[in-house]
Amino acid sequence: MRYPPMLGPASAGVRVGTAAAGNERASETRGSWLLVLLLALALALGLTQAAPAVAQSEPNGDDEVANELLEALDVASFPAKGEAIEAIVLSEDPRARDWLQALLDGRLQRTDEGRFVVVLDNTGREWPVQDALSGEPLGEMSRRDLDRIGINNALRNQLRSAIAVVDLYSSDLALRRASAERLLGEVDADLAEPLAAVIEEEPDARVRERLMQALAIHRLEQGEIEAVADLRGSLHPRVRVALSRAANGDEPLVADAAREALNSVEQMLKVNRVVETLYFGLSLGSVLVLAAIGLAITFGVMGVINMAHGELIMLGAYTTWAMQQLLPGQPGLALILAIPAGFMVAALAGVAIERGVIQFLKGRPLETLLATFGISLILQQLVRTAISPLNRTVITPEWMSGSIAINDALSLTLNRMYVLGFALVVFASLMLIMRRTRLGLEVRAVTQNRAMARSMGIRATRVDIMTFALGSGVAGLAGVALSQLTNVGPNLGQNYIIDSFMVVVFGGVGNLWGTLVAGLSLGVINQVLEPWAGAVMAKIIVLVFIILFIQKRPRGLFPQKGRAAEG
Amino acid sequence: MNASRRIMPFPLRPLSSPLRSGAAALLSAIALGAASQALAQEDPIKVGILHSLSGTMAISESTLKDTVEMLIAQQNEQGGLLGRQLEAVVVDPASNWPLFAERARELLEQHQVDVVFGNWTSVSRKAVLPVFEELNGLLFYPVQYEGEESSENVFYTGAAPNQQAIPAVEYLINEVGVERFALLGTDYVYPRTTNRILEAFLKEEHGVADEDILINYTPFGHSDWQNIVAEVRRFGSEGKKTAVVSTINGDANVPFYRELANQGIDAADIPVIAFSVGEQELSGIDTGPLVGHLAAWNYFMSVDTDANYDFIDAWIDWTGDEESVTNDPMEAHYIGFNMWAEAVRKAGTTEVDAVKDAIIGVNVPNLTGGFAAMMPNHHITKPVLIGEVQDNGQFDIVWQTPSTVAGDAWSDFLPGSRDLMADWQAPMRCGNFNVATGRCGGSTAAEEAEAALAE
Repeated sequence: MRYPPMLGPASAGVRVGTAAAGNERASETRGSWLLVLLLALALALGLTQAAPAVAQSEPNGDDEVANELLEALDVASFPAKGEAIEAIVLSEDPRARDWLQALLDGRLQRTDEGRFVVVLDNTGREWPVQDALSGEPLGEMSRRDLDRIGINNALRNQLRSAIAVVDLYSSDLALRRASAERLLGEVDADLAEPLAAVIEEEPDARVRERLMQALAIHRLEQGEIEAVADLRGSLHPRVRVALSRAANGDEPLVADAAREALNSVEQMLKVNRVVETLYFGLSLGSVLVLAAIGLAITFGVMGVINMAHGELIMLGAYTTWAMQQLLPGQPGLALILAIPAGFMVAALAGVAIERGVIQFLKGRPLETLLATFGISLILQQLVRTAISPLNRTVITPEWMSGSIAINDALSLTLNRMYVLGFALVVFASLMLIMRRTRLGLEVRAVTQNRAMARSMGIRATRVDIMTFALGSGVAGLAGVALSQLTNVGPNLGQNYIIDSFMVVVFGGVGNLWGTLVAGLSLGVINQVLEPWAGAVMAKIIVLVFIILFIQKRPRGLFPQKGRAAEG
Repeated sequence: MNASRRIMPFPLRPLSSPLRSGAAALLSAIALGAASQALAQEDPIKVGILHSLSGTMAISESTLKDTVEMLIAQQNEQGGLLGRQLEAVVVDPASNWPLFAERARELLEQHQVDVVFGNWTSVSRKAVLPVFEELNGLLFYPVQYEGEESSENVFYTGAAPNQQAIPAVEYLINEVGVERFALLGTDYVYPRTTNRILEAFLKEEHGVADEDILINYTPFGHSDWQNIVAEVRRFGSEGKKTAVVSTINGDANVPFYRELANQGIDAADIPVIAFSVGEQELSGIDTGPLVGHLAAWNYFMSVDTDANYDFIDAWIDWTGDEESVTNDPMEAHYIGFNMWAEAVRKAGTTEVDAVKDAIIGVNVPNLTGGFAAMMPNHHITKPVLIGEVQDNGQFDIVWQTPSTVAGDAWSDFLPGSRDLMADWQAPMRCGNFNVATGRCGGSTAAEEAEAALAE
């Protein structure tokens, strides 16, 4: 790809500005952060004021030329569109970046009269639009009257690279970082020369390092052996691709150096793999713990086989969806509010099940099992008829999506990290409730000896209701968390009920610690097995393992001790 | 069994005749009297709908039931067929495969329906095959499937592998330049057969090496994709352009795409092309991070034709939900229904054998601006479209075959299958004629159903 002589003099000005800011920042490292922040803010303000002035003085901004540029995009063939994009990049039009971004997002469209517009919101059948040239709003238009300028993945790549080159000169550090990241492995002869100049002036160390690597990959491709030194120690997959290509190349000296550089990171990659698998396992385990911990209370402590437990999880997930419907545009807040709401909804449903059905079947486990299984089917079909048989979209808030990079080759997904944390918090609070509160004391008393507890003045029925509400409420919490990982649909609960019983039985009925340890260890075992056994076999192996384990130790990992357990 | 059925349409005559032919006729006449007076002459044509309305498959199948009901209502507004009104007979097989066979029998024997629109999963289709062959019914099956089948009583309006999987992979190779393929699928017959065909195709036709193909199966409803996505990421970061070919079914897709987005796999780096993900599946996902991932179908809701916009408007009016989407199997039912109606008009009767003969060669418009024709092997001609996911949950069509492709019942890339052909016209009338031996294999519906249900 050719690089544009973009924003010639103007960008130079911008560059000097940011370079100065960078130098000041560098000298201020030990000084007050506040001062740095203020300085940066002042500079940023100055720059944004400068930007429109630059745009106005641009000579090529006239609409006829611009219209022709866009006209060239409206062709059927993708290669022709690629050329049109290049023409826009080279045009130096100040609106070019906005057009490219709109094109990339699929929002650059054409009306029936041939006018180019940018769609502001493309949901539903009527879309608000604005003129692509003047930027003035044009009201809503029907999608029937709009023709979008389609792109494919190849053009998307080209656009991203083009925008990255433009952004290299941006004053926004985040944009520059993204741009440098993007250019890794994308540098060609045209870009190499100006890039060297950019690196000279770049104030940010991270951007500079990335750009150096990007340039080194290009140099390596040209057969420069010195470039290997710049790439040494990097774990980035694109760097490794470049090195392994060189290692398989024809020049023996370069190949040896590249091979040696690759071997030097081998150990680190292995550690990465282990950490990654462990994280996957803990995260799967935390999901199992969340799903099972409510059951550990109702089944483990109260001894009620509640087959509708999965549907209580489902109710929690639907509560999250409902909260997001109530608070459109604020998925994060809705998710946080869904935590108490999901607990309440599931707890109330649990109380209804307990009062309506389970209390009449006390001491008859088989009938309880059948009745609650029926309830689970009723609840599923209720959701199907009342809401929809289709899955509901639950939006993941911005702060929960993506991943945090530990190093270039290892990043841990954020949503799962939150769920892991959430599972631990839920577990800790449950332990507190069971050990430190009056309710916990009464629950333990009633489980150990119902008759004795009643004669001591504990209202056993009330304790039953409260315990069941607690267990059900925790299932609701699991639903809130699961809505961030999986489908929110009528079948959600079904997928977790077997796993939940498995965890509780494996961990030892009636023991919360057992549930935690069992859930986490089953998660890790599963994820360790999966890469070489496959997902299907891994599940089967885990199941067989549990069956054998239960044969050997029928009371699970942490059996309950004492007379209560014997009775 | 159809003889008794054909006496039924004359309920009024015995009344006016002085010679009453029996108590049975009188009873049926009284029962039908009130309804048929309004319609003047005859009882309605019965259209059976065999789609799950509860259980796991309700998510996909319930909309198809609504689609057929809408098509029936539209047909009735235009005066019905052969001067008779149409009436839907809906049963619920509840996502339970053996129950599909029972419900099919109920439709054909008890309700005496003239035609059935139904099924989604291959195993449910295999389960009803013997019933339709035994009772000589008509089934229109609207979903893309693995091929390797052609029954005298079934019309396959969804895509065969050569109408979806093969063109999609060719697109990846020729237009995207993909050299490595990760074939991910749910563990059941459709993904396994499709992947077998694709593996043979890639190796034989394009010389793809063993190490450049990764095959992985997961259970139904699989929700923990961390390891597999990480494996794909490593598989794709070895310098060769990589793509994922996904036959992952239904519910497992949401967590799969979420994990892709979270691990930062971008469509421009490693595109995923899916054969089971349509507009309806996407309606359960926030598609922002998925922009650019691909799907191969024969119809997309975003198709820019007036016929399609009319269909969408009618659908939204019918469901009363502004947000409801249309998808490929719905178009298949639209085509299948119109083909059947056209064949009935051509034959002048709803009698099964006459319709079966009349329907071959019938041409009806599809929703993508062309025509679909019923081939002698009971498959239809379809254009193949490749679409990229957009942030509004729709697909943008980036490529399509220059003309329509005829469905191939027996794949050319599987040993044992390449010599077979299907032709239900006289004089051959065979679903698995072996060109090499010159023999017809005959129906294997019963064994296949048993094998499918045993799994």
